[in-house]
Amino acid sequence: MKSDTIINTAEQNNSLNHTDELIPIEKEKVVLVGNPNVGKSCVFNYLSGMYVDVSNFPGTTISITKCEYKNRLVYDTPGIYGVSSFNDEEKVAKEIILSADRIINVVNALHLERDLFLTLQLIDMGKKVSVLLNFSDELKRRKIKIDSDKLSELLGVEVIETSAVNKTGLDKLEFAMDNAKVGNQQLDLHFMLQQLVEKNVSQSEALLILEGDDETAEKNNLPLGTPDDRERIYVSRRNRVNEIVAEVEYEDSKKGEIFNLLGRLSLNPLTGIPILAVMLFIVYLFIGDFVSQQIVDFTENTIGRDLFEYNVKSFVGNYSPVDINVEIFDEEENLVSSKNFSFSEGMDSQVELKNEFKTFSTQDGAVSDFNFTNPIVRLFFGEFGVITMTTTYLLFLLLPLVLSFYFVMAMLEDSGYLPRLATMLDRSLNKIGLNGRAVIPIMLGFGCVTMANITTRILGTEREKSIVTAILQFVIPCSAQLAVITVLLSRAGSLPLIIFITVISSVLIILSTTLNKMLPGESSPLLIDLPIMRFPRMDNVLKKTYFRAIGFMKEASFWFFIGALGVGLMEITGLLQIWQNSLAPLTTSWLKLPKEAANAFVMGMVRRDFGAAGLFDLQLTTMQITVAIITITLFVPCIASFVVMLKERGWKEGITVWIGTWFTAFFIGGLVAQIII
Amino acid sequence: MHLIFSENALKQIVKRIRMGNSTLDKVKRGKSVTIVTLPAGKMKAQFIRLGISEGDTIFCSERLPGGTIVLKKNRQEIAVGYDLAKKIIVFLQR
Repeated sequence: MKSDTIINTAEQNNSLNHTDELIPIEKEKVVLVGNPNVGKSCVFNYLSGMYVDVSNFPGTTISITKCEYKNRLVYDTPGIYGVSSFNDEEKVAKEIILSADRIINVVNALHLERDLFLTLQLIDMGKKVSVLLNFSDELKRRKIKIDSDKLSELLGVEVIETSAVNKTGLDKLEFAMDNAKVGNQQLDLHFMLQQLVEKNVSQSEALLILEGDDETAEKNNLPLGTPDDRERIYVSRRNRVNEIVAEVEYEDSKKGEIFNLLGRLSLNPLTGIPILAVMLFIVYLFIGDFVSQQIVDFTENTIGRDLFEYNVKSFVGNYSPVDINVEIFDEEENLVSSKNFSFSEGMDSQVELKNEFKTFSTQDGAVSDFNFTNPIVRLFFGEFGVITMTTTYLLFLLLPLVLSFYFVMAMLEDSGYLPRLATMLDRSLNKIGLNGRAVIPIMLGFGCVTMANITTRILGTEREKSIVTAILQFVIPCSAQLAVITVLLSRAGSLPLIIFITVISSVLIILSTTLNKMLPGESSPLLIDLPIMRFPRMDNVLKKTYFRAIGFMKEASFWFFIGALGVGLMEITGLLQIWQNSLAPLTTSWLKLPKEAANAFVMGMVRRDFGAAGLFDLQLTTMQITVAIITITLFVPCIASFVVMLKERGWKEGITVWIGTWFTAFFIGGLVAQIII
Repeated sequence: MHLIFSENALKQIVKRIRMGNSTLDKVKRGKSVTIVTLPAGKMKAQFIRLGISEGDTIFCSERLPGGTIVLKKNRQEIAVGYDLAKKIIVFLQR
């Protein structure tokens, strides 16, 4: 009877109405909850197959995945150590948990002591819970025994042994959902909560209020529990967990203790830095060499330029006046011959010449350059054509790169390496006013700066967020830009690479030390859980990669088209010429680059890699390439990251950083140019 | 004046008293400590969630150059930054 009342009030206080708009209310909401790295997403993947609905949680950018499973709605939540509002993940998870009808709590059997804290908190909330004891196959290997019947008896809920990796026990998921029940709560706490429940608050919210969650207290207009309340509840819950673990877990021998050599070695700088170097080298071989050279060469040139653009352009050329210049290159990229075809009324009106062009331009090594006379046609199908260039860049240059970057990031995340890297680099990052955690947004920045700007939220203080945001906009090149830079640098040789790295790291050090000195306040210290290192689970990695790449393409495509349209319009209206001329003194005498390099800076404001890619077509000397790359790396963030930065950090800070990048890029770039050119 | 303890013995006693209560940043790799006081507030809550509360005896599995401490309790490992470690009062186990 009691549990019914509690559940009903929980429904009245349902705070997730916004995500439910399209769904009939009768459907039960089952929520998967667990600590980070417990295999929660494996369980979710098992339930969902490929049919999942990914959406951003309102007001945040944390994505929520949900799916339908046999007339129930199943929600995945971010990994958390407890329910409260310590960070964004927790806030999101808390909202979903509060609105849940049933909870499947996924527990890592190897980390019972840590994970049962959350389990007991969920039970104390009065929720209907079932526990999945995941990784139970690993227990045998590590010579640990867990008496799951006893555990079930002590918790008062169903405990099901599973192994999400080889999918054993997952067939009992439905049983777990059907039989989720209110567990054994701590009696004195329960009675304390009932006093609040009488004031028409759900038991779950009552617990959070007593534990000092200000958001929940504010929502219900009730006074917050004191810090002492929270501590008392937390300590007694911790003691209960320890007692339960002592009763249900037996370790056969100490020899079975986890031997985590790689994990240990990657912590200590002595061995950890070589491991980091090897890892980065492998990543470079994979992305810098294999994907950005071989794969992209094939997709961009063979598919994009020779197949897609050639056919689209010649199709349009049938009906529109066009001037085509065809150049034939041999295998060493030397020009063998070239020919000019002029169709003053479109190719269809000059069939003989058209056939000649077709034969000439379909030889091996032929590159055709279409010059449409009509400005509107040029806008869509020309050199910066909104349809031609953008499609090639998006699908045949960016997509393979973005996929490979997200793949690497997901591998690193899933392996448990990142927290160790954070630990190893903690002291070095302390020197620039950050803690080890900051390595995560910075690493992500090499994938996508826009995404990394959002991830700065995991940092403890505003001060740290400001420092990392500035570092990201000033010095970190995103994957797309990095790829273009890699290609340009690999053509240029090793000296430019050394100059590039030296200059960029000097800027990084000067910038971050200055900010650390200038910004008031103190940074937060490191406290991080080190999960056991393991080989990444491929299905998990691939799924993550897929969803993130899709998300990125959705977001990026729009700005690409806008950027191409903008530059195209500037070209046909003559604005591009004016821009080039006005920047010319800066580009030609200060940066010592050809004045067309100014195009790269227009494009660079839209998307950074667009800017870098604009350098491809210019005939630059090795040292000019070096200067151009340095300048474009330090130059303003793309429009998408600019907008996100404004949203995250406010107008004042955002604009300051943006203007700062203009100044730094041209100042440093020019300085280098004056020295090396 | 007659000394009850020899000078050497006195030094030992003072040393022991000093050694008794220390801060976590002083712990050596491979030694154990008993946590006496954790810094109040969210930090303490987070420690308790991760399985470490006042009174627990914990093994220091790694002490990185610079002073970042890695603590181990059963199978749970957590890293504690140097500045945080300085604020945690511990009893060094011999």
